[in-house]
Parts: sequence; C-alpha cells; structure tokens
Amino acid sequence: MSETTIKQKSETEVKEVSKTQVKKMLFILSKGTLENAYAAFVMANGARMEGIEAEIFFTFFGLEAIQKKKLEHLHTATVGNPALHMPTMLGGLPGVEALATKMMKKEMEKLDMPPISEFLEILSDSGCKLWGCKLAIDMFHLEREDLIDELDGVLTIGDFYGRANEEGTHLLFI
Amino acid sequence: MKKIIADREIDVNEEGYLVDFKQWDKEVCRSLAEEEGISMTERHWDVIEYLQDKHQKEEPLSIRGIKKSGVINIKEFYSLFPGGPLKKSTLIAGIPKPKSCI
Repeated sequence: MSETTIKQKSETEVKEVSKTQVKKMLFILSKGTLENAYAAFVMANGARMEGIEAEIFFTFFGLEAIQKKKLEHLHTATVGNPALHMPTMLGGLPGVEALATKMMKKEMEKLDMPPISEFLEILSDSGCKLWGCKLAIDMFHLEREDLIDELDGVLTIGDFYGRANEEGTHLLFI
Repeated sequence: MKKIIADREIDVNEEGYLVDFKQWDKEVCRSLAEEEGISMTERHWDVIEYLQDKHQKEEPLSIRGIKKSGVINIKEFYSLFPGGPLKKSTLIAGIPKPKSCI
C-alpha cells in the first residue's frame, strides 16, 4: 500500500470516530494479567478523552488491579500465551515471566504509558467510575482497606447493569 | 478548507483544526472556544499557553503530560474543556489534534 493510500484511509477513519454514537462504555475486567488491565484502562481513558462516559467493574482476577498490595505486581503470562512465541517449557522456568513483564513495562514506559497505580489515578480524576464486584470481593475475603482509595464503591452485577441507563451504552467483558 | 472565524477566512482541516498556526490569535481563539460552548477564563488561557509551548517544543501531548504539567490537574482540565478535553483544547489553541492513544 502506498503512503498516500494509508493517509487517506486514516483521515476517513478519524472522520468516522468524530461521529460516534457511543455515549457510555462499561468495562468488566475479569483477568489479572498486565495486558488485560492495560487494555481496559487504555480503552476507558480513550473513551473519556473523546467525551464518552466510562466505568470499570473489577471482578475475579481483575481485582488484582485494584488491590493496593498487588497492583504494581501484575504480570504478563509466559505460559499458555502463543503470541509470545516462546516454548511453553521455557515460559515456565523461574524468572522468565518476571523478565518478560519487565521488558513489556519498559516498552510501555517508552510510549509514556503510566504504571497501573498512576493510571488508576488518571482514570479516577478523568471521571471514570471504578467499581469492585461484591461477589468476588467476598470470595477472596477482601476488605475495603485492601482496595485502592479511588474505588467508587462495591456493586453487585445487577447494580452494574443499572449503570447502563442510557441509549448508546456498551458493555465489554475483558 | 476555508472557514470564517472571527470575521476572517481561516484555513482548517476537515475536523476544524487550524492548518496554519500563523493565522491563530486571541480573537480566533475566543471564537473557536465559543463554538465549543466555552467562554475563555484566565485558567483557559494558562492551558492554551501550555499546550502551544509543548507543541512548539515538539513534545507530544497526553493526559499523563497534563497530570505532570504543574499548570493544571486532570480534574480541572476536564471541567474547563468538557467533552473531550485534549481534543477541544488543542483545537482552540490552533495546534494539531494529538495522535496518541493515551
């Protein structure tokens, strides 16, 4: 594809984005890996930056991302992750997962992607609501003080569906 | 594309961003802000100045940069330019829309 074609394409896409019908994005983060947390955070922040409302519901292993003691220790999985192109046996060796995570964090820092704790602050200040899942919090025996101060509250899934209260709301499970 | 802003013919792209910063001045700025439903205050000007300074130094703009700017915090930034703060503030500042995803 020539350079001009690429340029034209991106301009059309930009025009489409500016006419979005999305009014509100509701994310459910259920996984505790680094890349899944970032996926939710980047999309939620991106929504706010476009004037779209955003909320994140942290459930099951997604709760790792809002636990004070754990949030800076999220890893990217090196076993069972074919996209890393690493033999499974190697991925399971001690230290390999930590190394892969470190390398990924370094690349993210180069792109000025904030660490998890700073990202949560940015999201909260941007008006993105952050919710904990009641069932999962009970299951993991977590207390309010284990969770970040920015958390807006603890909800049941029914309460969270109640947040989808306007036309143009979308729910996304990560 | 040409657009009449503050009684003058100004070159803009399809999204309404100024193509030539030399055509920008405070009159144009006020007029652009008004179109976005924003009436300029001293705090708005502080932000515009910061964004233009960053642009001149060719430093990319991001929400994280706003947090670290020392000029304004994120909460105030959102309240000054509601509904897409970086998008709107850069339009008003007469500089290109930031390309970053963060």
